[in-house]
Amino acid sequence: MSKITVKVGLASCGRAAGAMEVFKKLEEYLSQNPDAYTLKKTGCIGMCFEEPIVSLSGTEMGEITLGKVNAENVLNLIEEYTEGKLPTSNIILSDKTEAPLNDLLAYQKRIVLQNCGKIDPLSIEEYESCGGYQALKKALTLSPEEIINIVKISSLRGRGGAGFPTGLKWSLAASAKSDEKYIICNADEGDPGAFMDRSVLEGDPHKVLEGMIIGAYAIGASKGYIYCRAEYPLALEHLKIALASARERNYLGKNILGTNFSFELSIKEGAGAFVCGEETALMQSIEGKRGMPTIRPPYPAESGLWNKPTNINNVETWANIPWIINNGGEAFKAIGTEKSSGTKVFALAGKIAGSGLIEVPMGISLRDIIYKVGGGMKTEKPFKAVQLGGPSGGCIPEELLDTLVDYDSIAATGAIMGSGGMVVMDSGTCMVDVARYFLNFTQNESCGKCTFCRIGTRRMLEILNRITEGKGELADLEKLEELAININKSSLCGLGQTAPDPVLTTLRYFKDEYLAHIVDKRCPAGVCTALLHYYILPEKCTGCTLCAKRCPVFCISGSVRKVHIIDQNRCIHCGACYKACKFDAVTRE
Amino acid sequence: MDQDFSSVDKILQEYEGKKGNLIPILQAIQRQKGYISKSVIRYVSEKMHIPMAEICGVVTFYAMFHLEPQGEHIIKVCKGTACHVADVDSIKEAILDFLKLEEGENTTADGKFTVMEVACLGCCSLSPVIMIDNQTFGQLTPDAIPGILRQF
Repeated sequence: MSKITVKVGLASCGRAAGAMEVFKKLEEYLSQNPDAYTLKKTGCIGMCFEEPIVSLSGTEMGEITLGKVNAENVLNLIEEYTEGKLPTSNIILSDKTEAPLNDLLAYQKRIVLQNCGKIDPLSIEEYESCGGYQALKKALTLSPEEIINIVKISSLRGRGGAGFPTGLKWSLAASAKSDEKYIICNADEGDPGAFMDRSVLEGDPHKVLEGMIIGAYAIGASKGYIYCRAEYPLALEHLKIALASARERNYLGKNILGTNFSFELSIKEGAGAFVCGEETALMQSIEGKRGMPTIRPPYPAESGLWNKPTNINNVETWANIPWIINNGGEAFKAIGTEKSSGTKVFALAGKIAGSGLIEVPMGISLRDIIYKVGGGMKTEKPFKAVQLGGPSGGCIPEELLDTLVDYDSIAATGAIMGSGGMVVMDSGTCMVDVARYFLNFTQNESCGKCTFCRIGTRRMLEILNRITEGKGELADLEKLEELAININKSSLCGLGQTAPDPVLTTLRYFKDEYLAHIVDKRCPAGVCTALLHYYILPEKCTGCTLCAKRCPVFCISGSVRKVHIIDQNRCIHCGACYKACKFDAVTRE
Repeated sequence: MDQDFSSVDKILQEYEGKKGNLIPILQAIQRQKGYISKSVIRYVSEKMHIPMAEICGVVTFYAMFHLEPQGEHIIKVCKGTACHVADVDSIKEAILDFLKLEEGENTTADGKFTVMEVACLGCCSLSPVIMIDNQTFGQLTPDAIPGILRQF
């Protein structure tokens, strides 16, 4: 009998869902039978909504992937597979038979995520066995100009959000004259709702390293940094291990693979500042200073880290490089659209059924991403908007769902492609509250250098707070727009320039919701607590007294087994009774 | 200043001569001591010949540095978009309730837990999410909180 391979997805998301318990259970069980099984750890396959995920392979049934596995059901599932039977439940993917989620995967094109969830991210051998470091070997036989030319032909654009052509960026850094140059990987994935980079770093760190080493060779850099945020402890750990094994194999260090090219990479751990995702702020932070953006020009390609020519790309951009070198620039350009080539990784989250990580060719429509690749809405509640680009992006409404995913079409809606966070919202989400949420975020994260960003965002937030509390006036909408224009014009970096965008897009597409809050003093989605009124339905109230006990202002009257009543004059709209009631007897409107 | 700074000395030695080492040094000190005290800032300032104001500037700029002692376990409540939409506020309320912390307080009287809000933890598909030390807990409901906190 051939050996059965059991892989457990142990990325942060899997662990959060309990994958470690599954792994421990398997370790204990399978160690009794080491000749029959190989147990492996792997990263995230992207189907986070099915975590913990275990995949089995090694029999004529091929590879099957199981979802929602737990310590109780895992042994049964494995026994079934071992006996040559397809497990009767929990199958989500299968390469030989039909499986519920095979379709979701069929719409994807995986370049960056190719190995995620398949290989052991800590094993350089497994990366090599999937063709890893072949691109580096090939690149070292080419001249730096040839490599830059391949990247230019591929038309790869920066995946961090702005979409600057990578080949052009590289050639600028390559032509800068200096005794020392740097490259940087921006892994300060700060956009709330985005976790693409985390998954790639956790699930396939060598791919990013390989891309960086090739980039360093092309640009002529001798030293590189990976700036990774501290909120990603597992990604940092995997990076450290990957760096050590790449050094052992001489993919890093002096005279790499016998050539004259020497390159060293180190990790810089962020310290919790969103603005450090901005390239000039990031370099300030690496230098050990407050991460405050500086004026461009000079651009990093001329004078960046320690005033030396520097090239910064984000994780996903670097991770595309090995594929491009292996397959050629034309092959990459053939994927996607004319102006946006290749694929894009998106993190689907919010009220979508298939939340997790996907990689799709550019040019697919938002509707297809949500309803085909993402499996549609999570609940019965209808779709309302999809938020792209985090705090710098915007909310795209239903009527624009046929927008194609490419840099220019997305920008035309007022949102941005961004780094890939896609948060789906349904009718239960209040768009004014969402705008307020993002503004609160940017207001907190503003470094304080530019007055309009520092104070203007605060004024906007105060206005939005007023509106969600039912104290808004119609003139507030004009004030919001005026502030937005001025903040955009008078801020130095992307954080300030785009901070008003979530407000502007919601005002553009969901003005009726703002009006409902201001004129009718009503929150249509039922989110803004100050605008809600709570009532007890006499037919459902059992008189359990729980709501009265939880009420912080003691405004609910009634005795045991008698219908309770809320005194509307004293109610502070906190919702404690609504959350407390076990019989759905408290209603709000 | 009669405190023992030998452990700080060790860290300073380790990073000596490395470019841009202030943040990693402060991170290493915080990992060991849990926070950056005023006396540590003064000591590092003298040893590294960096003005105290500059070090204070760095410490107060980054959210991860603490000027006050922290609890034994750090509870990070995710404030990402997906968690916000999934009502992470009710999770935070449940945590504060269980730990008997008032609004505005963040460390329990016995020094066991510190609660803080953090930017997105990147586990959006399992929202709402919290992280205790380096362990992530997802798909939470307020009812699940007491059970989780009792494990610590």
